Amino acid sequence: MAKLKSYLTNPIISENPVVVQILGICSALAVTSKLETAIVMALAVTFVTAFANFAVSIIRDRVPNSIRIIVEMTVIASLVIIADQLIKAFAYNVSKQLSVYVGLIITNCIIMGRTEVFGLKNPPLPSFLDGMGNGLGYGLVLLTVATIRELFGSGKLLGWTILPAKTEGGWYVPNGLLLLPASAFFLIGLLLWGLRTWRPATGKD
Amino acid sequence: MSSDSPRRTLRVALGVCLVCSVLVSGAVVGLRNKQKSNQELDRLKYILIAADLYTTDAEVISTYRRAFQPVWVDLQQGRLLKPEEAARLGLKDFDPKNLARDANLSRALTTGEDLAKILRRPNYMFIYQVIENGQVSKIVLPVYGKGLWSTMYGLIALDRDLTTIKGFVFYEHGETPGLGGEVDNPRWRQSWVGKKAFDAEGNLRLSVIKGKVDPTAAEANYQIDGLSGATLTTRGVDQLVKFWLGRQGYGSLLDNLRGGMQSNG
Repeated sequence: MAKLKSYLTNPIISENPVVVQILGICSALAVTSKLETAIVMALAVTFVTAFANFAVSIIRDRVPNSIRIIVEMTVIASLVIIADQLIKAFAYNVSKQLSVYVGLIITNCIIMGRTEVFGLKNPPLPSFLDGMGNGLGYGLVLLTVATIRELFGSGKLLGWTILPAKTEGGWYVPNGLLLLPASAFFLIGLLLWGLRTWRPATGKD
Repeated sequence: MSSDSPRRTLRVALGVCLVCSVLVSGAVVGLRNKQKSNQELDRLKYILIAADLYTTDAEVISTYRRAFQPVWVDLQQGRLLKPEEAARLGLKDFDPKNLARDANLSRALTTGEDLAKILRRPNYMFIYQVIENGQVSKIVLPVYGKGLWSTMYGLIALDRDLTTIKGFVFYEHGETPGLGGEVDNPRWRQSWVGKKAFDAEGNLRLSVIKGKVDPTAAEANYQIDGLSGATLTTRGVDQLVKFWLGRQGYGSLLDNLRGGMQSNG
């Protein structure tokens, strides 16, 4: 039982896909300028990694080695389309902002990486939990970065004003740099630095 | 894994594809109606926002049905089309994107004309008349053009004098949140209301300037504050509004309608 739980919890901090495995950096830049889009993206990625890992694990003994990557891609791509359709049906406003990025979950290296490394070699339940844990780990980084970017970049969180901006009669001068994609690099870099200082073991292979 | 025989490989590939395609088409077909109604609701909602008649999502459709009338427009001739003319031309898609894509219904713009950087302009556009107490009280005009990153699609509402701006909103854009994305800022949108797009002679005077409008300037009535930190988005908005209210856009239509209204007393 404890082992099962560790599949879920390990990837959240000590084996975090973004800041420890350094996967999925690309999409972390694009969708983190606002918290709302980051939350939906995190949920979508968690859904896709969990079920992709689960599905690949179910068929792992039948998949011929020569086409395993294509099979993984097909499963992932189908799940991404389903996630995209669900977002369009139930969170239409967010889907307008995320636009192409949901489709690009297919290229998120975390998902492919987990199915290849974990799903193909482990039974379904641990695979599902591992996928979910990695999705949550990715989500944690996304939410951290998005919170900082939205709060200091526009003085808001989830669209609610926290630091009233000067342009709207408040006192806070928003830091425009945080709204540009490059700032996500700096923030992820700082997170990486912080984590490796706190837990030096995460930096060693 | 001793499973690499060609027959086995094919079988697995087919099986995976079959299962996946059933799931994908199931999701697409099953959710299509919900998505369609979302899109439609969203489209109508922004028309209401532009005309300043939006209250709650639940009332969008009833308000629209009560007070709004879409009308097709011949931009070249500057006149409203009768419903049967529009039907003959096959006009029924209220989406500027599709109109501009149809080679028969649009024309290429020369670089000099193309202020809004949209490459092709539809020959026929649609506008919405807002009818209150049996009279047209406002009109809502769809406008679009390039910002910094994206094509921005918006709606501009004019008062019945066809000069005073009553509302302005973008319903779709991909500008940087917090910088160019501030085109969504309610305070900024509010600053458009009451500004004049044309002077007494009917010349287009409206512009979105860099920085803040000096309220004492003679031009203040025709000027809109630029967005700080978003020079290029601001320029895009300025150009697209000038394009659509100018000769290539609704300029002739507005002239003709204004003339018609005067002669009707």
